[in-house]
Amino acid sequence: VRPLPPSDAPADAALPATTEGTEVDAVVDELREQVVAGFRQELGDAVLDAHVRPGHAAWVRVSRDAWHQAAEAAQGPLGYAFFDFISAIDWLPSPFGRDMDAQEDVVAAAADPAAAPVEADLPGPAALEHGYAGGETRFQLLASLYSIERGVGVLLKADVPDDDLRIASWSDLYAGANWHERETWEMFGIEFTGHPDLRRLYLPADFEGHPLRKDYPLLARRVKPWPGIVDVEPMPGSDDEGDADAEGGAA
Amino acid sequence: VTATDHGHEVDSLTDQQKLAYIAAQAADARVNLELETEGMTLNIGPQHPATHGTLRIVARLDGEQIIAAEPLCGYMHRGYEKLTEVRTYPQVTTLINRIDWLGSFANEVPFILAAEQLMEVEAPPRAQWIRTILFELSRLANISLFLGDLGIQVGGLTAGFYGFRDREYVLNQIEAVTGGRFHPNFDRIGGIKDDLPKGWIAETHAAMQKMRDFCDEIEDLLIGNEIFQARTRGIGVIPADVGLSYGLSGANIRASGVDWDLRRDACPPGFVYDQVDWKVWTHTDGDAFARCWVRMQEVREASLIVDQLLDTIPSGPIMSKVPRIIKVPAGEAYVATENPLGEMGYYVVSKGDLVPFRVKIRTASFNNISIVPWVATGVYVPDLVSILASLYFILGDIDR
Repeated sequence: VRPLPPSDAPADAALPATTEGTEVDAVVDELREQVVAGFRQELGDAVLDAHVRPGHAAWVRVSRDAWHQAAEAAQGPLGYAFFDFISAIDWLPSPFGRDMDAQEDVVAAAADPAAAPVEADLPGPAALEHGYAGGETRFQLLASLYSIERGVGVLLKADVPDDDLRIASWSDLYAGANWHERETWEMFGIEFTGHPDLRRLYLPADFEGHPLRKDYPLLARRVKPWPGIVDVEPMPGSDDEGDADAEGGAA
Repeated sequence: VTATDHGHEVDSLTDQQKLAYIAAQAADARVNLELETEGMTLNIGPQHPATHGTLRIVARLDGEQIIAAEPLCGYMHRGYEKLTEVRTYPQVTTLINRIDWLGSFANEVPFILAAEQLMEVEAPPRAQWIRTILFELSRLANISLFLGDLGIQVGGLTAGFYGFRDREYVLNQIEAVTGGRFHPNFDRIGGIKDDLPKGWIAETHAAMQKMRDFCDEIEDLLIGNEIFQARTRGIGVIPADVGLSYGLSGANIRASGVDWDLRRDACPPGFVYDQVDWKVWTHTDGDAFARCWVRMQEVREASLIVDQLLDTIPSGPIMSKVPRIIKVPAGEAYVATENPLGEMGYYVVSKGDLVPFRVKIRTASFNNISIVPWVATGVYVPDLVSILASLYFILGDIDR
């Protein structure tokens, strides 16, 4: 429990800093390091990479072949009983360039030639920038599990190569994976082998394409650009300059 | 109509779906030798009072008994995960407000917290207090309607009127601060939009007392009612391990004896639950009654949390220093909070741009409803309504 401010404190007295982000960053997060160590011990070389953001989360990237094995270990010896979600990330930069972005982004891009629009042809794997725990392929599977006993969760990732978008299903281990895998399948086109009932969940039967892929156009935005910053009114009491002003800091 | 046609003309079906349709028709004609009853397919919804929107359930019946039930969603899919990729961070809250429309403010908070985590900013104490109060008011508005609606679904219409009547006390307080009854769009990265209006604290204290009175009323009228108990006790029992593997969260899993609440056990920075003396309610039965009872206790507890927070609210600024144009540094964050319906989380991938690169929205109802095929198998048709009512979902929270 954090200490309350003394009742006779001056009106603008701030509480002691609770910024876990800045304080905990310096120290090692024992709990989440153990999460990673647990997976390394159970899976060995199948753990390709890992990342810990102290105080927040732990990422573990496993090889595609070990995806099912990772769930077995997580559910069994490692004790992650709570199934949170499965989804995927398409790391391809949007091939539609700046017209997929807000108008204010277009203005920012014009001022900064380095942020030139991406060409309409799909960039190669070299253009992909992956997030925590790295990656090698355009599509990456993402899953979250939680251990209630230990009070810690884990975010699992696995690369799925473009030419063979298949990965083992978890639905035999975590019953909740069934619907999440159906959603991921229709939204990204990643097939889950061993899934008992891989059917569409949301989209109509005759829908073509996988909407959450980056190369699937958002037609509404193609037709009419988003106004973005045009709608923004200046904050009361602040300068009208659009630069890095504090927003309402004096309130 | 089969489970696979998804509401479209039969002409648009694939061959595989046509075969499934024929197979379902053939199965319907099968006669149960023991009872001499014919199987049939019962379509519930998409427009039905028990569906909170447009959830459609296709149940295969053997007499009165359900042998398979399948929820069909997608009638309200709005593609928020795609739309967030073309909106700036401050614009996203307008969208995600509409996920669970009965507790709108609570939808904004985990996304804002994820962005704050990536930007490494934190709201000032007063903003954290107000944020926590509004978060709990969303829970009160949401679950008080659930308690009223519960009555409507099991045939006690009066409770519904009480629920709608007393929810207004909370909505009025939310409206007084945010200007919106249902879609406040009030949470900001690094704080909140406005300070509390004059006289609000005393009014909210009075509203909290009314919510506790409402709970007493509902307990007398509904939860303690013999007919209600007959409709819900022992119905739709979910063991803890099954619930966990389906990812059930919130009151649904606490009613199965799992003592787990993100507000207490994994509270992200940005809330002040550690400043309050409160308890997490659990029940051991795991049936429909337990789920309703736990929610009723949560309304009481939430009103007490709000009361305590109103008494200790510090003064000071309500926004920390945040750039005018918000660019979120590259990184990934997953922040989940204990929303009225259960665990709601946002997995935000940023590439240092003005817009998120990818947002995965983990909603409570999606997991909570995915258990229906498991829990509804073998129950009778009226019990399905009790089960759906007690699992409590909002369609926008399933479809997103």
